[in-house]
Amino acid sequence: MYVAVKGGEKAIENAHAWLAEERRGPTDIAELSIAQIREQLSLAVNRVMAEGSLYDPDLAALAIKQARGDLIEAIFLIRAYRTTLPRFGYSNPVETGEMACDRRISATFKDAPGGQVLGPTFDYTHRLLDFKLAAEGEAPAAPAGQPRTETTPHITEFLKGEDIIQDEPANEDTPGDLTREPMEFPSTRPLRLQSLTRGDEGFVLGMAYSTQRGYARNHAFVGELRIGKVAVEMDIPELGFAIDIGEVELTECETVNQFKGSKTEPPQFTRGYGLVYGQSERKSIAMALVDRALRWEELGEDNLGAPAQDEEFVLSHADNIQATGFLEHIKLPHYVDFQSELELVRKLRREAEERITPKEAAE
Amino acid sequence: MADQTEISNVARQGWMGLMARAPEGALMALWEEYKAHPRFEWLRRPEVGGVMVRGRAGGTGAPFNVGEMTVTRCSLVLEDGTVGHAYVQGRSRSKAEAAALIDALMQTAAADEVRDQVITPLKDQMQAVKSDRAAKAAATKVEFFTMVRGED
Repeated sequence: MYVAVKGGEKAIENAHAWLAEERRGPTDIAELSIAQIREQLSLAVNRVMAEGSLYDPDLAALAIKQARGDLIEAIFLIRAYRTTLPRFGYSNPVETGEMACDRRISATFKDAPGGQVLGPTFDYTHRLLDFKLAAEGEAPAAPAGQPRTETTPHITEFLKGEDIIQDEPANEDTPGDLTREPMEFPSTRPLRLQSLTRGDEGFVLGMAYSTQRGYARNHAFVGELRIGKVAVEMDIPELGFAIDIGEVELTECETVNQFKGSKTEPPQFTRGYGLVYGQSERKSIAMALVDRALRWEELGEDNLGAPAQDEEFVLSHADNIQATGFLEHIKLPHYVDFQSELELVRKLRREAEERITPKEAAE
Repeated sequence: MADQTEISNVARQGWMGLMARAPEGALMALWEEYKAHPRFEWLRRPEVGGVMVRGRAGGTGAPFNVGEMTVTRCSLVLEDGTVGHAYVQGRSRSKAEAAALIDALMQTAAADEVRDQVITPLKDQMQAVKSDRAAKAAATKVEFFTMVRGED
């Protein structure tokens, strides 16, 4: 029997009022501004932009404030907002070789042209709590060197001549867009990359870690990791030419992986690729490892049955908004479903008891 | 009204791109200082939307969709018939309006004045910020030196 129930409006209204009050916290403590979140919690802002799949630092900071620092809730708010935006078009592919690099390192080539530039990294910090920050956070100006004016070439460029590393030949194929078409399997590498770059950082990290621990190991080194800003260019129909429509900060990771060769390919290094909005180093490296693991078929490798080789498993579970939506819906009222299950279990128990009872009566 | 075909696309790409990338505060401050704001009519009122940003697999290979970014666009026409367009990053309607007015003015006799008072100072400010970051990056460049060679 279906019973419509109504009610709870007042409770919901009061719950939201309390939420707003708790969000603000004690009023004797200064309120956070959007600018403070944007500038001082910028890596949280970066994560919300990457997984919310919308580059807008002010909006991401607002979402973090509204979500009380729950980043998945903030990502949810951004995803919901972006569906309200008319789509003006698609940019031309960004030229990461032209990136103004804040950071650029290679674990494989010590003397790469352009050098090893550490940038504002947590690496080599001792991970000891800095109690000085609890008192005051003023920092002296960072030292300056001679700024590099020329662009920093990709490291893989230098190996290309030898044919010892797999090439990534350009094409102008229109990539699938999973914000427009639902994902279908088997997928394509462009769709996999789109899914991974907006995928949950923890999930992609776990998948990448599984490959390192032996579930489809692919022996990755970070060939190059770079962080910086690139211009975004789009063709403007009313002008008849392309202009820059802005710039975005990106983290790019290229892994260099061992490959023993196949029947058709000589032994050479293969590559995995990560490209993520903002300064998102862990995510970008993880993305590259998972991208490489998912390329097993294209590279003629064996399917070892590892989770990271299973694109349907990886791509269907990488999105934290889909995951949290399905997970959290089970806390919403299911009174009727539960009522019917309760009836069923009571009936089964009654029947089971009746089966036992007549036997006893016969003895 | 200037003959718009005479304006080089490269020059126009330059100022339109500069304004698209410019921080809103920097552009608006310079635009407010420039007093001669012309009268205009809207062809398309400022509209906030999204552009899907693409990258390439391996940096050079097949294109793929990375994520969207917010963009505001508008088009307007000055009283002399000159048309200005803007596509600027972010969600600021006033930034888009200023950028479209500047785009239009840069095609008129006011171009030199606008270049001197808005475009060039804006470019210098943005270049200074960029150079400052590049200088800090340069200071974190690793200088390797050999401690002990292990041959013997």
